[in-house]
This record gives sequence, C-alpha cells and structure tokens, in this order.
Amino acid sequence: MTPALEARGLRREFGHVRALDGADFDVDPGEVVALIGDNGAGKSTLVKALSGSLAVDSGELLSDGKPVTIDTPTAARALGIETVYQDLALAPHLDPVQNMYLGREVMKAGLMGRLGFMDHAEMKEHTRTAFTDLGATVRDFAAPVGSMSGGQRQQIAVARAAAWASRVIFLDEPTAALGVVQTRNVLDLIRRVRDRGIAVVFISHSMPHVIEVADRIQVLRLGRRVATYDAKKTSMEELVGAMTGAISQEAA
Amino acid sequence: MTTVTGRQQAAGPAPADEERPKTPLQRLLGAQAVQILGVLLILVILFSIAEPDAFLSVNNIRNIVVNVSILAIIGVAMTFVIVTGGIDLSVGSVLVFSGVVAAKTMEKLGGEGVGVAVIGALVACGAGILWGLFNGVLIAKAKVPPLIVTLGALGMALGGAQIITGGIDVRGAPTVLTDNIGFGRLFGQIPYLSLIALVVVVLGAVLLHRTRFGRYTYAVGSNDEAARRAGVRVDRHLILIYTLAGFCAGLAGILNLAFFASTTIAGQSNTALNVIAGVVIGGTSLFGGIGTIAGTVVGLFIPAVLQNGFVIMGVQPFWQQVVVGAFLIAAVYVDQVRRASAARGASSRRPLSSRFSRPAGARRKETQ
Repeated sequence: MTPALEARGLRREFGHVRALDGADFDVDPGEVVALIGDNGAGKSTLVKALSGSLAVDSGELLSDGKPVTIDTPTAARALGIETVYQDLALAPHLDPVQNMYLGREVMKAGLMGRLGFMDHAEMKEHTRTAFTDLGATVRDFAAPVGSMSGGQRQQIAVARAAAWASRVIFLDEPTAALGVVQTRNVLDLIRRVRDRGIAVVFISHSMPHVIEVADRIQVLRLGRRVATYDAKKTSMEELVGAMTGAISQEAA
Repeated sequence: MTTVTGRQQAAGPAPADEERPKTPLQRLLGAQAVQILGVLLILVILFSIAEPDAFLSVNNIRNIVVNVSILAIIGVAMTFVIVTGGIDLSVGSVLVFSGVVAAKTMEKLGGEGVGVAVIGALVACGAGILWGLFNGVLIAKAKVPPLIVTLGALGMALGGAQIITGGIDVRGAPTVLTDNIGFGRLFGQIPYLSLIALVVVVLGAVLLHRTRFGRYTYAVGSNDEAARRAGVRVDRHLILIYTLAGFCAGLAGILNLAFFASTTIAGQSNTALNVIAGVVIGGTSLFGGIGTIAGTVVGLFIPAVLQNGFVIMGVQPFWQQVVVGAFLIAAVYVDQVRRASAARGASSRRPLSSRFSRPAGARRKETQ
C-alpha cells in the first residue's frame, strides 16, 4: 500500500541540538500509527515538520507517493492533514465554535458573505454535531475557551482536527489532560477516524493506550526512527527497550 | 463537577447557565464596557444634580460630543490595534502630519472650493495610510515591537510635519470645509463632525464584531501562533490593522483641520495617550483578545464629561487628569482581577495568568 504520508531522512537542527537526525516516517491510509520515544526524542519536532509548522533543513516528504512540500500549515491542510498540537493551538478568548472554524469560517451566501459576514448558525450546528460525535462535555458554545477546563479544551482541539482531516491526522498527546471517560472517547474517536480511511498518527507516553489503539508503533530515539513494531506482536518491554536504546532495529 | 463550580465562581455576580448559550446581548451585558457605561451614567447624573442648567443644556452636551468625535475616530482604530495585543503611539503625530500635508496641498491648489477640499481629504487619508503601512510592515515583517515602531513613527511624523512647515502652523482651510464639516450641523442641531464620527464608529463596530476580519483580529490578539497554524495570514492582518489606524489618524487630521482651521502641530502630543486611555477604560485589554468598540466610545466620554463637568462646577480642570489617571488604573486593575479569577476557574495546563503577567512585546518573542 502507498503510504498516505511518508517522510525520508528529515533533518532539523536548533543551534547545536539535532532535533531530527535523518528521521524516517510513514503511515498508511486507514491505519493508526503510534509515535513513541523518550522526552527529547524528536516526536513533537517531527509532527511539526509533517504538519507544516516547522521547516526542515533537509529531507523528503511524500503524500500518496508523490513528492510534496509542506512548508506552511495551510499547505498541510490543503493535503488533508490536520494536527492536534500539544499546546492545543486554541485562541483562549474565542468560543468553541469560533475556534472550530478559525481560518475556515463559513461565509454567508451572496453579497453579505463577500463583505465578510459569516454564517453563524451553520457553523454552530456543525460544531454541535462534531462535539456530539466525540462525546464532548462542552456545553456552553458562547463562552471563551480559555475559561474552560483543560479537558474541555483538549476535546475542542481534537474535535476540530477530526472534523477537518481527510487524509492524515496527528494527535500530539491527545489524552494528556483528559479524564477516564474523555480518554475513552478520544481512543474511540481515533478508531472511528481510522475506519473512515484516514491515517492517524498518535503520540503518547501511555504505553497501554498505545498498544490498545495503534496498528503499528514507530519508535523515535535521538531524532531518528529506530524501530517499527506491529502493535499486536509487541510488548511493553520491547517498546521501552527501543526507546532507551537497548534494542535497535534499523541501522543508523 | 469541579469545573462547573469553578467557572461559576469565575463568572462572579453573573453565573453562566451552562446549558443555555449566552446571546450576544447577554455577553455584552457582562462586559466591562457596560459596567463602565454605568460609571459614565453616574458621572452624568452627579454633574446634572450639581449643575442642572449648565450641564444638561443642549449646547453643553453638543460640546462634549464634538470634543469626543475626533478622538472616537482614532479610538475605533486603536481598539483594533490593542485587540491584536499591539499599540499605536503614533496616531497624534500622524494626525498632525496628515493635516499639514493636506493643508499645504490645498494651499497650493488655491485654498478654496469643494474640489480642493476633497483633494485635501484624500491627501490626508493617503498620508495616514502610508504611515500606517510603515508601522504595519515593520511590526509584522521586521518583528520590531509595536511600542518601538510607533514611538519611532511618532517622532518621525511630527518631525516631518515640522520640517514641511518650518514649525509654524498652517492656518486656514477651505471655507467649505470649516463651515460645513468643522462647524456645520445637520438640521441646525447635529454637528457633521460627530455624524462622521458616528459613521466610523458604526462601521468599525460592524467590522470588529460581525465580520471575519474582526474575528481574525481577536484571534491574532488571543493567540497569534494558533491563528497562524489555523491558516490566518497573521502578518498581512497586522499590516491591515495598522494601516487602518493610519487611515483613521489621517481622517482625523483633515477633520481636525476643518475644526480648528489650523494644523495644531503642538497640540496633539497627548492625543495617542488620551485615546489609549479611553480604549483601556472601555474594557479593551492591553494584552489582546478582548475589547469592544462600544466600550471605547464610553471610555472616551468619561474624560470628556469629567473635564466639562469640572469646568462648569468651577473645579480646577487639572483635576480631570488626576481623576482620569485613577480611572485608567482602576480599569486595568479590574481587568487583571477578572483574568486571575478566570484562570483560577479553569484547571489549566498552561495557566493564562502566566501569559498576562508579561508585556505583550515579551509574548510576541516567546511564541517564536
């Protein structure tokens, strides 16, 4: 199968720090890939590079086998790639609907739309649907997101990405601030999104969640991919071994 | 649930009903702008009791409104600027510069007639737009903090105006301008100057509160990195906002010329600060993401009413500055308290208060 998104030999340095040191990565359509690694292994940098938030120094990106340049978030979105960032990237003073549609507002038909007026009813309705799909506990659609709990904010960010993704969705620690029920909802959502044929990339420190929901697990260490495992055939010990460098699968 | 109780505490006297989303009207009523409107009404009532005949006369009220009109035009644009988390100190100087350039142009063209006046107005607005572009490009593209860029532009525009005039005010403007725009009244009652300001205020309010442009203005001020990742062209938006500020300063420049029939070179050194004070008193947060045009208008009326009332009551007008200063500090204090309680109400992973305890310029750097 052609990977929905593939990266080859990505490099990126921050001063003397090599955040990505020839990192490879691939994810197929309709597959959940978990990206794991110790702190500083380059997981977030890799996600930023793949979602257009960060320029790489060198390396290739392929979408459906075709070389692509993803140098801006807009370019990533044009390819159907959506991301839930670790910092959620929400505007705290805007309400959930406004955040959901930030950068993609639905405009009114005709002249009013051309003058910059938005279709609030339409946006609110779709936001409600997206939240219901996720089982989100956000109820006040007019309150600023900044006044909500960390869990609610995370749900908003996840719901936004899930609603817009058509090819690939990146989730950087999507369950970090969530309670038991919401975590379950996010994991269910990941499966549902995958069943739509979308490639899901999931970063987490929670090994049980990773093993539960992922189809494949790719391990990053010191800025490169050191191992890929089938989630059904691996164990916690093996994963931790790869993360710490005790096991190495791919040659340097 | 803990989150719910936390939020209700944060909301204070107006507990939010979680199930029923608030209407725009309800949100407006909870805003600082409306509370400050209450303060304004109290001031008006106090002065009315103290000096009913003098304060409440049509002439006096018209006076106050006219005094606020030119500031309100700049205030509309300043609200946009401050909502983005920026500041524009240059508006007073840009006003003077635009007025000077327009006056000189009109002088060269013969100094009278409707055509000359229209050209003068266009020149003033154009000059303002150019200064706004200058500010916007340096802020958005060169990433120089807005405080510094506009402080530089403040000096440059004022210096430029003085170079052009040799430091001596250009006196006189086309009579059509002074008689109609400067002192003319619709139906003999409503000053055209104030009508123009009203149009700008209404257009500004619609633009900020009802359009996508306004939505992006809040988004940029709230979290510019999030806006960028969401595909908002943040740099372009900032340039447009500062250009808008320049345009409004230019428009104010030609109106100022019409009203005073002079370029008032030395008279605008406090204009930017007065406008910023009004905007902040009206509930717009210097840290971005929060603010309303209505609040700005109310915030500008408070100093004007105080000054007027004090003069009528025979209090030394210098007290006005003291009281306005106190209002300004109180307004920002209320804003801070509100933020602190909002941040406590949410069990935030990244406390909001950490962002607000730093100046906007520092935040800009941090997000890169």
